[in-house]
Amino acid sequence: MQALTNRSKVVSDKKMTFMERIYIPAILKGMSITIRHFFRKKVSINYPEQTREFSKVYRGQHVLKRDDEGRERCTACGLCAVACPAEAITMIAGERKPGEENLYREEKYAEVYTINMLRCIFCGDCEDACPKEAIFLTDRIVVSQYERSSFIYGKDILVEPLDQSLRIDISARQTEKVLNFKQDKRFAHNK
Amino acid sequence: MSLVKVTIDQIEVEVEAGTTILNAARIIGGNIVPPAMCYYSKLEGSGGKCRTCLVKVAQGSAKDPRPMPKLMPSCRTLVQDGMVVQNITSPEVMEARKAITEFLLINHPLDCPVCDQAGECHLQDLSYDHGLADTQTVEDRRTFAPIDIGDKIKLHMNRCILCYRCVMVADQLTDHRVHGVLGRGDHCEISTHILKAVDNDFSGNMIDVCPVGALTDKTFRFKSRVWFTKPFDAHRECTKCIGKVVLWKKGDEILRVTGRKDKYGELEEFICNDCRFEHKEPNDWQIEGPRKIERHSVIGQNHYEKL
Repeated sequence: MQALTNRSKVVSDKKMTFMERIYIPAILKGMSITIRHFFRKKVSINYPEQTREFSKVYRGQHVLKRDDEGRERCTACGLCAVACPAEAITMIAGERKPGEENLYREEKYAEVYTINMLRCIFCGDCEDACPKEAIFLTDRIVVSQYERSSFIYGKDILVEPLDQSLRIDISARQTEKVLNFKQDKRFAHNK
Repeated sequence: MSLVKVTIDQIEVEVEAGTTILNAARIIGGNIVPPAMCYYSKLEGSGGKCRTCLVKVAQGSAKDPRPMPKLMPSCRTLVQDGMVVQNITSPEVMEARKAITEFLLINHPLDCPVCDQAGECHLQDLSYDHGLADTQTVEDRRTFAPIDIGDKIKLHMNRCILCYRCVMVADQLTDHRVHGVLGRGDHCEISTHILKAVDNDFSGNMIDVCPVGALTDKTFRFKSRVWFTKPFDAHRECTKCIGKVVLWKKGDEILRVTGRKDKYGELEEFICNDCRFEHKEPNDWQIEGPRKIERHSVIGQNHYEKL
């Protein structure tokens, strides 16, 4: 059989020499490698006491944003679901009733909105597809769970809290181009 | 009938005298067919309003070879022997079409994420092909107070482009028309006289002929985006109409019933309201098979068998 690499060694059962038989040089050689690593820089950190710095555009758990007045931005247009390559997003739209104007921005809203975090591949296509700046990926990590069903995130987890101080900050993800677009009066219809 | 020879984008075709340029182009087919937002071959007198089908007539006829001075609406201009027409080969026409698209979109609310027509909207297709990526106007868009025109049809006047197709449906298919275009100029709106409900056996066809989302199905309102539903050809015995329809299903549930549209988005047969709104149980219908959807349509999204 042909060898895959030329690093293979031929094994022989020749008698070991005295130096090899006392093993001490081999032990010392091994220990020196181990001890040398004590003084190297550590590659691991003590998570969760310590955390690593995340990239500004790290793609972690999703958030469904509210606007400045606390209304949900999502209108259940379905573009995130059709853009999703893993088909992780499903939604059911509902019609806003009179008196709910402070809850939902437009006459249609997502009654049910679920993301299956086991299917999600965190590609960020939903964020790109969203015409209403409603869904964003954040630098939060999706926590581990004991059951598969707990990974199907509904609106209770995805929508950010009403309280201004608890809102999820996504300003770092917005490039100058996006901010300029938002300020342009010509696109007022899309705000 | 005498045959006349007409050349459209360097393709020669022989058509009957009295045919319009648009219909002559449809006989050739392909991408030289001008888009039409208001012309509807099944409705008499339609066309001439939206100006999206403008073409350049480079040679009027064999007898009088002078070009026509302006771009002509192809849905209303009749062919003449030896006529030479330019559509996609003329930069002037493409420029005009771009301007018309922008003009149609000036007062359009662009609420496609909310609109039920999104995905099968002709204005969406038109602006995708010819529209600008942004808008040049900063003025507020024209808005109308919502009007209730019945429990089956939802009117969103803000989205209307005043093509008059629905008015012609009411005139030509139903016994008495109760809605029409009120107001003048910028205040034109589709409405009923003193809030009368549109209630007629064939009034539902207004939904299908509407090129935008101005008239939509109330029983389907916000149920699903069209590209998440799967279309099936189906038929049933109906005493009022031909009974051949398309069912839009999600799972086993029938969410919507529409007429069958051809490749120009025009209904093959008009269907009655009984078929459209009242029969949404799977055993009401004989399913013939899945409906073929054009490749470019978003409705064909995720149907891998077509690739």
